[in-house]
Amino acid sequence: MNLRSLVTLGGTVLLAGVLSACGSNVKLDETPPVESRTATPVGGAGQSQSQVSTVTAPSGSASSLDAASQLARVVYFDFDSYVLKDEFRPTVSGYARLLTSDPQRRLMIEGHTDERGGSEYNLALGQKRAEAVRRALELLGVRENQLEAVSYGKERPAAAGSNEEAWAKNRRAELILR
Amino acid sequence: MWSRRSFMAVPAAAAAWPVMAQFRVDISGVGATQFPIAVVAFDGEAGRTQQVSAIVRADLERSGQFRMVPTDGAVLNERANPVMTAWRSRGADALVAGSITRLADGRVDVRFKLWDAVRGQDLGGEAHAVADADLRLAAHRIADYIYEKLTGERGVFATRIAYVTQAAQRHTLWVADSDGEGAQVALASAEPIISPAWSPDGRELAYVSFETRKPVVYGQDVATGQRRPIASYKGSNSAPAWSPDGQQIAAVLTRDGLSQIYAMNRSGNNLRRLTTSAGIDTEPAFTPDGRSIYFVSDRGGSPQIYRMPAAGGSAERVTFSGSYNISPAISPDGRWMAYITRDGGAFRLQLMELASGTVTTLTATAHDESPSFAPNSRLIVYATRVNGRNVLMTTTLDGRIKATLLSNRGDVREPAWGPYGR
Repeated sequence: MNLRSLVTLGGTVLLAGVLSACGSNVKLDETPPVESRTATPVGGAGQSQSQVSTVTAPSGSASSLDAASQLARVVYFDFDSYVLKDEFRPTVSGYARLLTSDPQRRLMIEGHTDERGGSEYNLALGQKRAEAVRRALELLGVRENQLEAVSYGKERPAAAGSNEEAWAKNRRAELILR
Repeated sequence: MWSRRSFMAVPAAAAAWPVMAQFRVDISGVGATQFPIAVVAFDGEAGRTQQVSAIVRADLERSGQFRMVPTDGAVLNERANPVMTAWRSRGADALVAGSITRLADGRVDVRFKLWDAVRGQDLGGEAHAVADADLRLAAHRIADYIYEKLTGERGVFATRIAYVTQAAQRHTLWVADSDGEGAQVALASAEPIISPAWSPDGRELAYVSFETRKPVVYGQDVATGQRRPIASYKGSNSAPAWSPDGQQIAAVLTRDGLSQIYAMNRSGNNLRRLTTSAGIDTEPAFTPDGRSIYFVSDRGGSPQIYRMPAAGGSAERVTFSGSYNISPAISPDGRWMAYITRDGGAFRLQLMELASGTVTTLTATAHDESPSFAPNSRLIVYATRVNGRNVLMTTTLDGRIKATLLSNRGDVREPAWGPYGR
């Protein structure tokens, strides 16, 4: 398609008017302003339509480690699995005893995945791992209001690397006492 | 219209975070036709913070549909009567010239004109009076005018993209021009940020921030920095999506167990659950008419893309190829769905024509993520990995013309293409 026919097409398509984005656009065949008179939508010489203001997120409170607790903090999962393995049942039972004996204590369970796949779907898969631990604790008598299951998906890997060794260390749930 | 409240905002220069993310743009592929066009240096642009003619040239070249003709130091402005035969003999089919002048109120007046050198015709032009900080924006609008006049398609050079970079323990949400330049920090955090989503009017970004050590959906006014939590329920809150009228947000909550899709109004009130499957439902995306939502569900055993009415209800499966299809993005004209499929071990961008269900593969890379359409429905931006680095890429819908945006600020992910009408 050469320029000629495209200009014809353009002329037909744009018969209704020139593209006019928000802003003080003036077509050149109108009388040019002697002085600035058309206010920009944001008003004033200093305001910009390109302005982006920076927010610095406050850092979350550091997780409190229970000095008295000798319990392992991490539970690992097999690939594509959201089932708590038998080898971690003693860990979970230990937390259950701690939490049932002190109803003021809270536990945050963070689920994680390895790096493969999309962020949001992995967030949901990590949630399944956290949920598996949460359900196991509830079955052992821990009250629902002491537990929160959340997911980091693949966003906070424990180990860098694109190999099975790293992936195995990232498929996990972390237990954080408060 | 614009609030002066800035109690949450920090002037970029005073922040400890980096201000500019510089992109290197590599183009591969060319259009079926490349229009030869000469863009003369604008009268009065020398010595300014932005070279308007250079931005216009770069925009047109980046589209793969234009070829720049050297101007040999010609001196012209929009009031000239250029000798068309001379420009034709240089190989130009179109010519652009303009000027930049300082106005009494401190703003800058940017004017230009476009000529068809073949027919010797004036194709019109515009005058933009802008603040100094908007000089790049004015240049992009000029490129959009030229692009539309000469191709018949609406340009997206004046639009913006949002994306996330990560370097060490710093996660940064940026807003930049569509060419990756002029990047400014919207959110700086020590914890991850994912899933930025532009409001339909381009004034706000919703996103997921882990700054409280769990995923929470926030909405933030881009210009003022003012923000509010939109979904902060027990469990995980993620995947925000705006309805086309900007009044509703769909998001994924785990407050009732596993990940399910909910709707709420833009302030987070009036919560309604939309899905009730026994699996994972996530990544909602509204159709441009606001009547349907595409989403990902593994209710059938593996993640596939479904469509349901926007108020919830029975869902219809839409993807049937492959066992893992995620991240649906619907084009603003409603004709296309971009998504990611897992093929062997590779995660690859696909394009489905919704009317026919025909699917094409757009890339040869293996770690594609997060596709997002440009507002003219002619381009897709996505994240991928090239030579071990996470980069952003854009592609035309036929896959022919690609641009790589390589940042020197660390890994780049989670792109979202902003709407028209900044």
